[in-house]
Amino acid sequence: MSILVIADHENGSLKAATLNVVSAAKAIGGDVEVLVVGENCGSAAEAAAKIEGVSKVLVADNAAYGHQLAENLALLVADLGKGYSHILASAGTTGKDFLPRVAALLDVAQISDIISVESADSFKRPIYAGNAIATVQSSDSIKVMTVRSTAFDAAAAEGGSAAVESIDNVQDAGISAFVSAEIAKSDRPELTSASIVVSGGRGMQNGENFKMLEAIADKLGAGVGASRAAVDAGFVPNDMQVGQTGKIVAPNLYIAVGISGAIQHLAGMSGSKVIVAINKDEDAPIFQVADYGLVADLFEAVPELEKALG
Amino acid sequence: MKVLVAVKRVIDYNVKARVKPDNTGVDLTNVKMAMNPFCEIAVEEAVRLKEKGVASEIVVVSIGPKVAQEQIRTSLALGADRGILIETDEEVQSLDAAKLLKAVFEKEQPNLVILGKQSIDSDNNQTGQMLAALTGMPQGTFASEVAVEGDKVNVTREIDGGLVTVALNTPAVITTDLRLNEPRYASLPNIMKAKKKPLELTSPADLGVELKPSLTTLKVEEPATRQAGIKVADVAELVDKLKNEAKVI
Ligand SMILES: Cc1cc2nc3c(=O)[nH]c(=O)nc-3n(C[C@H](O)[C@H](O)[C@H](O)COP(=O)(O)OP(=O)(O)OC[C@H]3O[C@@H](n4cnc5c(N)ncnc54)[C@H](O)[C@@H]3O)c2cc1C
Ligand SMILES: Nc1ncnc2c1ncn2[C@@H]1O[C@H](COP(=O)(O)O)[C@@H](O)[C@H]1O
Repeated sequence: MSILVIADHENGSLKAATLNVVSAAKAIGGDVEVLVVGENCGSAAEAAAKIEGVSKVLVADNAAYGHQLAENLALLVADLGKGYSHILASAGTTGKDFLPRVAALLDVAQISDIISVESADSFKRPIYAGNAIATVQSSDSIKVMTVRSTAFDAAAAEGGSAAVESIDNVQDAGISAFVSAEIAKSDRPELTSASIVVSGGRGMQNGENFKMLEAIADKLGAGVGASRAAVDAGFVPNDMQVGQTGKIVAPNLYIAVGISGAIQHLAGMSGSKVIVAINKDEDAPIFQVADYGLVADLFEAVPELEKALG
Repeated sequence: MKVLVAVKRVIDYNVKARVKPDNTGVDLTNVKMAMNPFCEIAVEEAVRLKEKGVASEIVVVSIGPKVAQEQIRTSLALGADRGILIETDEEVQSLDAAKLLKAVFEKEQPNLVILGKQSIDSDNNQTGQMLAALTGMPQGTFASEVAVEGDKVNVTREIDGGLVTVALNTPAVITTDLRLNEPRYASLPNIMKAKKKPLELTSPADLGVELKPSLTTLKVEEPATRQAGIKVADVAELVDKLKNEAKVI
């Protein structure tokens, strides 16, 4: 049994989620190989070779894969993937984009967002915004799945010494092209791997007020997230949305400020170790999941909290 | 151009799903059902394309039991021209849904197919991508902006790092994200008018597709529930608890 993990990377650097997907692959058991596909992705491949438990790294480095266009990635992964028992990618927006295409090309199902490996063919995954957990068994010869990275510990980034093999397999469907990107630049930790996340909701009233949360985040080394309402209202960009249909986070500490706690929001953060809620409405549903609730006006409590953090 | 929109009947997004005591699934008896919210956004986008003169006809398709006609009628009331129900009482998994939609695509030959990015029941986020793969179409998933330009469509996509815009040849598949538009409500006169719009009934067998589910649900459980904690009196107590009790800062 050989398992193919498709690496998550950006501008040549391997993303942390890859380590969690490797752990999921190890839990299935068997040889774990990593495919790094992109343009100028050699350094990501070198990093992948050092992950503990990886037996081989394949690199497909070509302009056709430069912008991670799903049409091209899927052709490559479906072609290479035929020889494997499992194909895994993290459930980030790249994996969610190209992997179902791979599954369809291979005429198999995709199991989305697995949170645990029960056996080589059964997996747990949340459904209905996390209000139910399904155990799903697959009878397909190749199991294709996306992995919720927060549900698996990271494999050790160092310790392995896998061989790196170049793959000369260029697939260009020629039906889509990259036009432009607006990528948010931030020195803060990525939401999905941050150990502390501070999120704001509609109660923040505007984007300017998010500076109060940023000040706290700076002191705690935290990532900053938001509810859908805050994104829809234009306070902050879409990549900050936490929830069922945004990012799934599971930090050690999640601080929800001016967020009511709708089920779609809870779906994205209820796996956090400790939850703090600051809300002026003592009946807000967020308090039902909060370890520490503070009923207060955020415009008083947040500056006070910043000061208290020294 | 012709636009095909896929709409799914699901649990209403305001309802909290309850796991059946025998752990075989989620209890949907007497539960309010509705159109998947991402599908509402898909219908709205098609209607806006028609209002702009870009789209000439909107066909709505749903796969599911007879009652899924309700969601098709809602789409017709919102401005779609014609509906197709692929009727089945079986569980339809994403790959089979994509195969059924491919059969409709081949019959209808639309220039754009718009789907939701995700069903809020299965949370799969796959069907559009699978349909695109099976038909060889390009895909613009998680769309927050759609601009048709000649025989291409530019789609701005919500991705983890921000936004990316791609240019797709048509025909193309688009899956909707939350910021694409804000769906309108159907007016009463339009609801009345929708009753007269054509709604065709077909079946997987009619379309020559055999359902072959390869996933079996062994068990459905409640997630581990979180206990509500305590209320702290003030910021000082909060900081003290985080430092000395939870030890997370
Ligand atoms: C298909 C679908 C998908 C969705 N996906 C997501 C998702 O991924 N993520 C997500 O977050 N939501 C999602 N939602 C939306 C979700 O249902 C809620 O509408 C949203 O989470 C509400 O955001 P909010 O808590 O910021 O706003 P509100 O519900 O309006 O709550 C604002 C809170 O701020 C408090 N407040 C106001 N002023 C102050 C103050 N001065 N001091 C202290 N507290 C104050 C209020 O008491 C209130 O509790 C989705 C909805 C649908 C239909
Ligand atoms: N049974 C169905 N009938 C119609 N459309 C569907 C069906 N299942 C999935 N879809 C479409 O595919 C989208 C994504 O669904 P999913 O892949 O199940 O998350 C939905 O928003 C619909 O547009």
